[in-house]
Amino acid sequence: MSGNPDAKTLDLTLKVWRQEGPDAPGSFQTIPAKDISEDMSFLEMLDIVNENLIADGEVPIEFDHDCREGICGTCNLMIDGRAHGPEKATTTCQLHMRKFETGAEVVIEPWRAKSFPIIKDLVVDRSPLDRIVEAGGYISINTGAAPDANLIPVPKDTSDAAMDAAACIGCGACVAACPNSAAQLFTAAKMQHLNLLPQGQPERWRRSEAMVETMEDFFGSCTNHGECYEACPKEISLDYIAYMNRDYAMSKFKNRKLAGRN
Amino acid sequence: MTVPDAKVPAGDIGEKWTNHKFSMKLVNPNNKRKFEVIVVGTGLAGAAAAATMSELGYKVKVFTFHDSPRRAHSIAAQGGINGAKNYQNDGDSIYRLFYDTVKGGDYRSREANVHRLAEASVDIIDQATAQGVPFAREYGGLLDNRSFGGAQVSRTFYARGQTGQQLLLGAYQALARQIAVGNVELFTRSEMLDLVIKDGEAAGIVTRDLLTGEVQAHSGHAVVLATGGYGNVYYLSTNAMACNVTAAWRAHRKGAYFANPCYTQIHPTCIPASDEFQSKLTLMSESLRNDGRIWVPRDLDENRAASQIAEDERYYYLEEKYPAFGNLVPRDVASRNAKTVVDQGRGVGPLKNGVYLDLTEAIGRDGIETITEKYGNLFDMYERITGENPYERPMRIYPATHYTMGGLWVDYNLMTSIPGCYAIGEANFSDHGANRLGASALMQGLADGYFVLPYTIGDQLAAKLGTDPVSTSDPVFAESIAGIEDESKRWLSNKGTKSVDWYHRELGKLVWDYIGMERDSAGLEKAITEIPTLKSEFEKDVNVPGSGDNLNSSLEKVGRVADFFELAELMARDALAREESCGGHFRTEHQTEEGEAKRDDDNFRHVAAWEWTGPDSTQTRHKEELEFENVALTQRSYK
Repeated sequence: MSGNPDAKTLDLTLKVWRQEGPDAPGSFQTIPAKDISEDMSFLEMLDIVNENLIADGEVPIEFDHDCREGICGTCNLMIDGRAHGPEKATTTCQLHMRKFETGAEVVIEPWRAKSFPIIKDLVVDRSPLDRIVEAGGYISINTGAAPDANLIPVPKDTSDAAMDAAACIGCGACVAACPNSAAQLFTAAKMQHLNLLPQGQPERWRRSEAMVETMEDFFGSCTNHGECYEACPKEISLDYIAYMNRDYAMSKFKNRKLAGRN
Repeated sequence: MTVPDAKVPAGDIGEKWTNHKFSMKLVNPNNKRKFEVIVVGTGLAGAAAAATMSELGYKVKVFTFHDSPRRAHSIAAQGGINGAKNYQNDGDSIYRLFYDTVKGGDYRSREANVHRLAEASVDIIDQATAQGVPFAREYGGLLDNRSFGGAQVSRTFYARGQTGQQLLLGAYQALARQIAVGNVELFTRSEMLDLVIKDGEAAGIVTRDLLTGEVQAHSGHAVVLATGGYGNVYYLSTNAMACNVTAAWRAHRKGAYFANPCYTQIHPTCIPASDEFQSKLTLMSESLRNDGRIWVPRDLDENRAASQIAEDERYYYLEEKYPAFGNLVPRDVASRNAKTVVDQGRGVGPLKNGVYLDLTEAIGRDGIETITEKYGNLFDMYERITGENPYERPMRIYPATHYTMGGLWVDYNLMTSIPGCYAIGEANFSDHGANRLGASALMQGLADGYFVLPYTIGDQLAAKLGTDPVSTSDPVFAESIAGIEDESKRWLSNKGTKSVDWYHRELGKLVWDYIGMERDSAGLEKAITEIPTLKSEFEKDVNVPGSGDNLNSSLEKVGRVADFFELAELMARDALAREESCGGHFRTEHQTEEGEAKRDDDNFRHVAAWEWTGPDSTQTRHKEELEFENVALTQRSYK
């Protein structure tokens, strides 16, 4: 199959962060990317660059990616200093080259955050996000113990608000975009998805306290810049951070004084 | 050797599972902690099984090659999950879901397994809701449903267009809870590369740590493979980039039978490929077919824009051929007809490789607001990928590989032909026959993981009480580790001229051309000669740069592509041996006068289970006869 004859092509100069391993020094490598079709996704552009590197006997660039349809949350690149690049509400894998001008220099870096150490090149370790979920981002119910699904009606607005939070793909762009490397937006999304629902009430205060404090073990503090929301590919609202702060403050009373009473 | 006993329980279809649960051996709660179970894969099936077994008390080790269990490709499922709740009061029942699934699978699945699946479907909805999965709701606060292809009732539960994501997060959160209490040990960025057998039983696995290259042995009383399907054998598919057959295939090479590899599903509504560089295909939800009209220009040399083509110059081929079902014919029928018109030269788009899915009429009828509310996110995604505005010009779509019904052969307990090795979810073959209905993949993964395997595994484990798992210092593990390390060294020292992806793409073209939507004996014979030829070229000429002691995606991929080569050849043999058409397997020699799939129930009402007989010999085809005691076999018709 040959390509679309009408598609425009671009010539770019990439500046890519290369780093052999977690403890090795890193540096930017300048790599040309020529004849890039505007129909390519950003990651397909990198595929081509890698094919060329391999053909030249060089080691290709490592980057994380998987579903390439914006839902798995694996891909994570800083493109020209912006988490997931210039297009609003779009993951790196869904960004297409028609958003770039020919002749441009494009800087590609890994997620910038001390809590996400670099593994190699553009790949980082985001496992602290899993630790936050393990701290309480679940409803404790064993398989088989569930009542009928329609036993507890949930107002549609509540359910929709929970779904808006649950749409988080766990990519970590919020942390990468934050000047403090704070994980408030991720933690709030994970927490409020459950805290909003009736099913999540029995563990609400325990969950709130545990998740926030685990988050603080790993990440910086929130100073209300709002960069996380700007970078979030799923446009998770800052409101959830406010709800989280409320629940965390409440948890300090509830968990001490009222355990077992409401 | 023949196919082992499928262990289908006796009795009435509605009582088989209940009776079976009672007749199986149990492991008492205090003894469960003495057993170690290995689960490979953390998608719906794997995460659900690992969490549930841990809740029961088993010690679980769970492995994923992703950086987090939540990345598995179950996350990308859009449409929904079936559950025979009959909340809509429209006559649904467990029996009806069972019946629809057997019929939809074109009568090539095991009745008893399907009925159990339908029974579990009800519990899954309860379980997921209790976990906090935010299924769509009505204003009254109760759960909403929608209908899906192949069914006449509304039984599909959904969470916007992200049902798979939400169900996976539910299973992942249940797993996270068990990791936190220390009963599940999680291994991320670890890829299973071998199944280890001792005295004819599964003893454990060998993995490669993708960050350090270290090859490690893990032993357990049982091994559960929840490693998904093999759609990426086509290179281009809607699967995620890393989806592969390696874990299942390595088990196959150790003796697990591989069933019905030729049963693959092609989804009709994907965005057509735009060039050679295309890395994957993106699905546009099938729900668009509810409001969209599918057409191509009648004129072969048509070059005008869609809006310039008059109504009588448009060929609404599905509406013309299938007046009753129209644009809502099942997936296989819609896909094959798209291929036919594109092959005729009627394709649209710059590469003439798609058909129009036109919502102009629906926008006129319902208003742009209604359509935006229903499909706005899909339209946005389409525009992001193609740069075309679907509100102004019709979308272009074309079929793409989406799901694989074939997989490791399992008995009623979901155990493969290797004792102690289980396969669940898309990795096994058991429930969908020759064609899977929409919204049934999520259902099957979760049924296996939450409600079937955690029971059935006890039957096998009970007999092992008091025994330790095989020691990882046993020679069987050392031998396997040495083999894997040698394999890595061999690839790295190959110094060939072409990349792994280049060979994967070339393999994909062969598989798509010869074992795609339509197959014939001449093409399949060609595939059987050309695939091994390309494979030997690949083995000599592939270039794997970098080293084996840190992250190296070329090295990860080369082993997966090597396994795809072997699988592809088996797919061709399976498709050639199955001299009939059924579901996703369409042999052009076997069609009705109207061009529909023509089954041969007298000769092919069986599962083909293939036995590995060594790298240089043709695999042996075994049969498991399928008995239909409840569902009458008929010719599917959608006219």
